[in-house]
Amino acid sequence: MDDETRVRINSDQDIVVARQKGRSLAVALGFSSGDATLLATAISELARNIVSYAKTGDIVLKIIHGSANSGIQIVARDNGPGIPDVQQALRDGFSTSGSLGLGLPGVMRLVDEFHIASVESQGTTVSIKKWKH
Amino acid sequence: MEVPILKQGDFLIATIQAALTDEDLLHLRTALVQHVVRSRSRGVIVDVTSLDVMDSFASRTLRDLAHMIRLRGAETVIVGIQPEVAFAMVQLGLRLEDVATALDLEEGLAYLNQKFKSSA
Repeated sequence: MDDETRVRINSDQDIVVARQKGRSLAVALGFSSGDATLLATAISELARNIVSYAKTGDIVLKIIHGSANSGIQIVARDNGPGIPDVQQALRDGFSTSGSLGLGLPGVMRLVDEFHIASVESQGTTVSIKKWKH
Repeated sequence: MEVPILKQGDFLIATIQAALTDEDLLHLRTALVQHVVRSRSRGVIVDVTSLDVMDSFASRTLRDLAHMIRLRGAETVIVGIQPEVAFAMVQLGLRLEDVATALDLEEGLAYLNQKFKSSA
């Protein structure tokens, strides 16, 4: 059995499921309560982007092992409209408090590693990693 | 997941007891605004002590709720934001702006009592 959990994202209820699975995994791996909250919040935002912009997609949670410590990788993937200008979407101010924007700069601050690939009309994949400190 | 709303004198107290979906949050917002109208409440306390994640949607919905209730002439206090949740919210760049917050239910009630004593 691989240490991988896949959560289908189809509705707002799945957002809650995904972030709760993320928190459980983080706690099981020995993350501090604070770091588990940061990871759960990041998952919530990524799942929300899927529901808002692509309608459906999935989130894969996986335990990863580095040279010094272990961590969790989250991959959020959808086949939605894609992001026309990724650089713009990653700039602060284009996002956060308002109703528009993807909140991606905020998500970047919650995790240790962040990677995004998006192709217009094909979809978006966001991969994040948080290491146990 | 329905959030119970209790009436205590001039105030309403809504205590969130489990993780809420977006739909639950919107339902809470509507129910509280209607309840404020129906019971002519002057203050509302939303207790989020058991919320383990406050993401952009939850923050925005609570902020909207407080603004709607203010338009009715009543005041809202959000109480019990957990330290880890507060940390994550700030990292994420979320703000409740001008919405009052307090440590817990007791402090929230004290805030509202003070507010209405001074304006009476």
